[in-house]
Amino acid sequence: MNIKDLPEESLFTPGHTACAGCPAPAIVRNMMKIFGKDTIVYTPANCLLVFSGTYPYLAWRVPYLHEAFENTAACISGVARAYRKKGKKTLVVGIAGDGGTYDIGIQALSGAAERNEDVIYVCYDNEAYMNTGIQRSGATPYGAATTTTPAGRKIAGKLEHKKDMAEIMRAHEVPYVATLSISHPKDFLEKVEKAKETEGFRYLHVLSPCPTGWRFDPAKSIEIARKAVDSGMWTLYEAEYGEITNIYKPKKKIPVEEYIKGQGRFRHFTPEMIAELQKWVDRKWKRLYGELPES
Amino acid sequence: MIQKLPAKKMVVTGDYAAAYGALLCDVDVVAAYPITPQTLIVEEFSNFVNDGITDAEFIMVESEHSAMSACIAAQAAGARTYTATASQGLALMHEMLFIASALRLPIVMPVVNRTVAAPIGIWCEHNDSMPQRDTGWIQMACEDNQEVLDMIIMAYKIGERKDVLLPVMPCLDAFILSHTVEPVDAPSSDEVADFIGKYEPHAMLDPDNPMAIGTFTPPEYIQELRYQNHVAMENAKKAIKEVTKEFADEFGRDYHGLIEEYKCDDAEVVLITVGTVTGTAREVVDKLRQQGKKVGLIKLRFYRPFPREELRSIAENVEAIGVYDRAISYGSGGPLFIETRNALYGMDVPVLNFLAGLGGRDVVTGDVEKMYEILMKAKDSKPDKEIYWIGTRGVSI
Ligand SMILES: Cc1ncc(C[n+]2csc(CCOP(=O)(O)OP(=O)(O)O)c2C)c(N)n1
Ligand code: SF4
Ligand SMILES: [Mg+2]
Repeated sequence: MNIKDLPEESLFTPGHTACAGCPAPAIVRNMMKIFGKDTIVYTPANCLLVFSGTYPYLAWRVPYLHEAFENTAACISGVARAYRKKGKKTLVVGIAGDGGTYDIGIQALSGAAERNEDVIYVCYDNEAYMNTGIQRSGATPYGAATTTTPAGRKIAGKLEHKKDMAEIMRAHEVPYVATLSISHPKDFLEKVEKAKETEGFRYLHVLSPCPTGWRFDPAKSIEIARKAVDSGMWTLYEAEYGEITNIYKPKKKIPVEEYIKGQGRFRHFTPEMIAELQKWVDRKWKRLYGELPES
Repeated sequence: MIQKLPAKKMVVTGDYAAAYGALLCDVDVVAAYPITPQTLIVEEFSNFVNDGITDAEFIMVESEHSAMSACIAAQAAGARTYTATASQGLALMHEMLFIASALRLPIVMPVVNRTVAAPIGIWCEHNDSMPQRDTGWIQMACEDNQEVLDMIIMAYKIGERKDVLLPVMPCLDAFILSHTVEPVDAPSSDEVADFIGKYEPHAMLDPDNPMAIGTFTPPEYIQELRYQNHVAMENAKKAIKEVTKEFADEFGRDYHGLIEEYKCDDAEVVLITVGTVTGTAREVVDKLRQQGKKVGLIKLRFYRPFPREELRSIAENVEAIGVYDRAISYGSGGPLFIETRNALYGMDVPVLNFLAGLGGRDVVTGDVEKMYEILMKAKDSKPDKEIYWIGTRGVSI
């Protein structure tokens, strides 16, 4: 579907309370345009839950459930099975943050993927626990400062690299895994459509640059997302039944140094830290996606 | 939909009775995770599904936390759901139990009472279910396998009533019931369908009528919800009495509501029991009655809601009350003892606590005789303590 063919009607309405420049509302709004009104949405505890509806206000125009934090995949399994038992076709979608996916939610997620539940699981990845005040998660990149990995005098930022969640999901050999970025809207919509058309367990993982947590100018969310893709820090690809079917290779690779510029969470970076992050990107690309084109 | 099942006499374990009860109730979605001594329930239900006796969806989740999460979600989507657990599994579910009751979803979950680690043990203790007291679930204990089957059926009927809408946790003692075969009369599937009716959700996730369930809620609204849950639990008392009566009329087995009295009419002392110890205590009461001792027995069926009014009316006419507990709230006493004393507040009758059978140790007639002996003494002279650890090495009574 083309951007101009997207329906006018929004199933995720304005009036939510996300921070200025937060891309998460745009992510869910555009996804919902493709998913359509025959959809049931589950959200665990995260920014999206809080900003999309604090009773009695609600931005959702589809049935919407929240239970807890660590169980998104189990909850959408439950809804999907109830509907299968009724013999009714309904799209069941869970939208979780990186904390609710990489860390506390990975057990339920792995279980539902292994059972090949007929659901779509979306991770919007802002690389930390934003809702509770920017604590590190398994998605936080190397060196980034968060409130639990502060840029201290002895230890400066997170010591470990980002966990590769999409790869973990690919290893489950589910029907569809895709990584998305709001900087690449055509690719984004095509992948959401493909997910909708596929049956069985589908995993969509979107990078969601967070101006508040990453400390950048709220006007620059899309630009930062684009730089994440162009630097290779975020890789756009698709996999079906465990096999990579499509990798987006940026025309021109930019160094990670250019990506981290303008993000307060990386302000304390030394040349050694930049080199370590660059090494990680290069290593990962070589192992998984082939060399990045030279800059 | 299930295949038509005729009424029949079976000789089955408590776990089988629990699984068969769910089958008869034509549950739509089951999500469960195995744990000894509940395992037979999930295995039996798997047989029902794989043999095509039911077309229920069975979600073989990766944990009890997910089992309860999935049941809540499925029930919120309009399904009648079922799960079962024990001990560590129940502890792992704890977070979700609050959510099931606050969303007013009448899920039914038998709990096979088992020791909670540490040290790890698999035998009967009530320290798994009793700490779930404040999660908003109706909680009751069964005495035998017939009651297990009957209670699963009644649990759906009670929980799904519009004036209740609460999840129900029938408990059965590990091994003593779960793995012991007893004769059980099973009604036919048609009779059960007539008795419990169709589940009609009061609110549901439905794209044709979208609504949000469980969203972020500020203090302006939550307190009223808490009150409503409390009222629902109070309403459950009436519902339990009415449903047990309807059940007795329909199937001929009368469980008398929240408690069952045994020879209490002229009793000077009564012992309150829970679970399978009741059977042992009945025998002891008969024996002591033959010796002319005026002893009685109260089988406590429901822990939540607690039968406050019933106990107060019995307490008016007795001189000492004993409470048997198979669980302990460290630094205070047995949970049923604490509860009973609270219910009897202001009444002039000594209430004593007997702790026995913890960790699954057998409670034998001699132990129960000891309890009555202490109670008989307490009616004549003020006891010097309230809590008695029966059959405990290193502790003198
Ligand atoms: C069991 C449990 N532990 C902790 C929390 C507190 N908590 C709520 S949201 C959250 C972080 C969410 O992070 P993420 O999933 O990345 O979403 P984000 O807010 O960043 O969008 C945490 C830790 C909780 N609600 N439940
Ligand atoms: S903290 Fe970040 S993710 Fe959360 S609403 Fe604000 S910008 Fe969005
Ligand atoms: Mg996050």
